[in-house]
Amino acid sequence: MSASSPARRHLLPGFGLTLGVTLLYLVIIVAMPLTAMLFKAASLGWADFWSIVTSERSLSAFRVTFLAAAGATVFNAIQGLLIAWVLVRYRFPGRRLLDGLVDLPFALPTAVAGLALVTVFSNNGVFGQFLEPLGIKVAYTPLGIMIAMAFTSTPFVVRTVQPVLEDMQGELEEAAHALGATRWQIFTKVIWPTILPAFTAGCTLAFARSIGEFGAVVFIAGNLPFETEIISLLMFIRLDEYDYASAAALATVLLAAAFLLLIITNSLQAWQLRYAERS
Amino acid sequence: MPNAPKRMTHVRHGRSGSEIALIALALVLALVFLAVPLAVIFVEAFKAGVAVYVSKIMEPATLHAIGLTVLTALVVVPINIGFGIAAAWLVTRYRFPGRKLLISVIEIPFSVSPIVAGVTYLFLYGAQGLFGPALQEAGLQIMFTIWAIFLVSLFVTSPFVARELIPLMQQQGSDDEEAAYSLGANGFQIFRLVTLPNIRWALLYGAILCNARVMGEFGGVSIVSGSVRGQTMTLPLQIELLFNDYNALGAFAASSVLALISLLTLAAKAILERRADHG
Repeated sequence: MSASSPARRHLLPGFGLTLGVTLLYLVIIVAMPLTAMLFKAASLGWADFWSIVTSERSLSAFRVTFLAAAGATVFNAIQGLLIAWVLVRYRFPGRRLLDGLVDLPFALPTAVAGLALVTVFSNNGVFGQFLEPLGIKVAYTPLGIMIAMAFTSTPFVVRTVQPVLEDMQGELEEAAHALGATRWQIFTKVIWPTILPAFTAGCTLAFARSIGEFGAVVFIAGNLPFETEIISLLMFIRLDEYDYASAAALATVLLAAAFLLLIITNSLQAWQLRYAERS
Repeated sequence: MPNAPKRMTHVRHGRSGSEIALIALALVLALVFLAVPLAVIFVEAFKAGVAVYVSKIMEPATLHAIGLTVLTALVVVPINIGFGIAAAWLVTRYRFPGRKLLISVIEIPFSVSPIVAGVTYLFLYGAQGLFGPALQEAGLQIMFTIWAIFLVSLFVTSPFVARELIPLMQQQGSDDEEAAYSLGANGFQIFRLVTLPNIRWALLYGAILCNARVMGEFGGVSIVSGSVRGQTMTLPLQIELLFNDYNALGAFAASSVLALISLLTLAAKAILERRADHG
């Protein structure tokens, strides 16, 4: 491993160069824009900030965004667990293809995903033509927003749970089986506690991604204020109206939510690490 | 690597009913939510025949958008390769106070939604932004030009290469490099002859992912590009424009180009992972 002793910490050349390049780049590309926006949001003052964020239209956009993201996350929690389980535990024709397909939403541009989804779910689309007679409308409804978010965040739960399932000690399950545990007991008492931290981290990542998703959603959402308008779109509209203060306030809330979720994910991963070390 | 599990925990003869049901459900879900939308892009793009498809691609606005997207990737990917190498070298070859914090800062752009990233740049370089007045005085325009597209794309994809290199270089340690140094090699010789051969596949993989993300970036670019027709329309923005203009064939033709790039990205991922598995 690379744990160098403090005495030889700067043995290799390039410390100054790489430190300079890294810090300069991070300041120019990441820190300065973020600071500029927080600066703008701070200049609003608390009362203005609060009235923008709690305006009726903002609140309804927050509600649409967070509810759809929650729905997408629940869907991905179940689908992700299922796909990870099937990929790790079973061998079957098409397994490699399924494994590759899981990464598609990360590789496919979100605008392309949005266009594809609105096409298959529109009233004469591949799926829409069957759903419409059943009274299920997807395109231009909150359900469509949820599906777009679920599509773009598909890989998170699969890719966090999969490696943990792969590393699981088969002996534990065999021991439980030998002691007379049923398959359900083995799952709830042995497997579930082991994958829980990774599973929760995957769900948090999927939720965070869904809140920030824009490209896929605008195609399918219909974008009606108070009904199918997500917070990113409202921000976009405020900018078009030259209402920079509102855009800054809304972006700050999204940024705060993102950092909060990042902190949660990191603590979950630390929990996972402790769990792995103990077992 | 997610593929090739280390041990099979359930060696059974024949498949149980629940196993078949789980596999079938996973395959159906992946087919419905991932494969069909992808296929629809190509089916719709070629619906009116190859000749129409080619004419849609050759439309000046679409060709211009393709050119701009390629140019953006040619500028952004090499810069982020440079940053990724410098950052990975810094955090894996030296111990210094704030190292862990720096790793977290490198990853920040992953948690910031691209549309928020776009807004932050507006508050730095826009007319209302921190540097706005100074830029105006100097007669420089960054917002709503190709420069803003470059900058936001740099922000959104800055962690891609670093994230692939850091765990790998951490695991490999610096013993070989220190040996080369004690034999009299200079920093650049060490990197080129010792480090690079060990990280080349991860570097290539990071660059490919970075490229896919740059070419497909929508939210951030849609804020800062100003969507000036014939000037700052990247391919994903052009797709939205064509879709809103009810030019479905054009939108699908443009989408098929990006979908093809994402399929190539997935293929490259599969190949590179197998290489990494077999050393």
